[in-house]
Amino acid sequence: MLRKNWWKILSVLFLLYTFTAGFLGGVPIKPILNETIRNLYFHVAMWMVLMIFLIISLVYSLRYLRHNNPVDDIYAVEFARAGVVFGVLGLLTGSVWARYTWGDFWSNDPKQIGAAIALLIYLAYFVLRNSLTDPDKSARISAVYNVFAFAMLFPTLWIIPRLVESLHPGGMGNPAFNTRDIDARMRMIFYFGAIPGWALLGGWICTLRIRIQLLTLNQESHA
Amino acid sequence: MTSIRHIFTLFRKEILLEFRQQYSFYGVLLYVASTIFVLYLAMGQPENTVWNGLFWMMQLFICVNAVAKSFLQESRGRQLYFYSVCHPVHFMLAKMIFNACLMLLMSLLSLLLFQLFLGSPVSHPILFIAISCFGAISISLVFSFLAAIAARAQQNAALMAILGFPLIIPELMLLMRMSSIAFSDVFQSGLMSIILLLFCFDIMVIVLSVILFPFLWKD
Repeated sequence: MLRKNWWKILSVLFLLYTFTAGFLGGVPIKPILNETIRNLYFHVAMWMVLMIFLIISLVYSLRYLRHNNPVDDIYAVEFARAGVVFGVLGLLTGSVWARYTWGDFWSNDPKQIGAAIALLIYLAYFVLRNSLTDPDKSARISAVYNVFAFAMLFPTLWIIPRLVESLHPGGMGNPAFNTRDIDARMRMIFYFGAIPGWALLGGWICTLRIRIQLLTLNQESHA
Repeated sequence: MTSIRHIFTLFRKEILLEFRQQYSFYGVLLYVASTIFVLYLAMGQPENTVWNGLFWMMQLFICVNAVAKSFLQESRGRQLYFYSVCHPVHFMLAKMIFNACLMLLMSLLSLLLFQLFLGSPVSHPILFIAISCFGAISISLVFSFLAAIAARAQQNAALMAILGFPLIIPELMLLMRMSSIAFSDVFQSGLMSIILLLFCFDIMVIVLSVILFPFLWKD
């Protein structure tokens, strides 16, 4: 799977489709949102990919705790890393969007705060890893933290923004993912272009990094 | 039944140690008193929202200081001893109960000092006391587990703060929202859902600690 090529080609094709159809295709006309609704293919997709990658990272951390295989640890950390990169991109695309719809890059919206907290939690994960020198111990303790952080984070992202007032689409009657606001054309591009495209691209980046780490691991064990 | 007895024995050992050394209690008490005095010198008697924010930030820092000691003061030899005589889950639960009690005491004391120095803008005192007790327990549970991680990493309070502050923000946000209800004369709805959510958070933290602590334990 790591070295197969077909899914990398597929990723490029998906993304080409997303960019061309996303920028040229028709979208429903909404007040205030106007053309910024196209951000669905970029901003929303970034957060979906972040979710997917952090879940994969969690699964590998759990596997590490069960089997103590250093390869699982490498997978867990690389997927978390890629997830954080997508999170940063999601935050940036979101603030650019907010500049044109809410009037400011950052307006302390609960969703923005939640996103920032999520990134801080995962940055702390990398700090924790680097603070430990013994590789076995570092892997185990950071796997424990990863599980704990994930469990603390997901209620934050899913529940708290729903309890408080937010301007973000999807909250308080603002437009979002329902049939009234986006139409079949957009849904087609989103589910069959953007999500798989970005996810596969992220997966590609991950596998490259994982292969480097595996080589380093091999070298260390032979030295 | 035996496990409850084990937990109780370990809990009593914590209290006994605390009584003999009286280190963390008076240390943290001094810390609380001097910080509140500095706050008083800096801002006199602040308005409601500032008071509320300062109070919860204070709780956070008290917790980092009080709870951090619980794992860090154990020497290597003593840890090996515990490893050989007791079950990790009992050990963790005893620590959590002790930390919750310590934090409860500290937060009530700091509330008293806050009232003395920074004025008392709270209009529902009983409700506020209940909320701060609940909050103290919630915060101490999270930090107990983080202290266990930080103790393993052999890098004390600094690492704990780095790990803990982002994780605790959601809980603190909920607590501040909840306690702001105690300031206003008009009763606001939404209190129950926040309490329920925090309660679920606490249960989740306890369950995760019980599951994950054995992995931290073995070296």
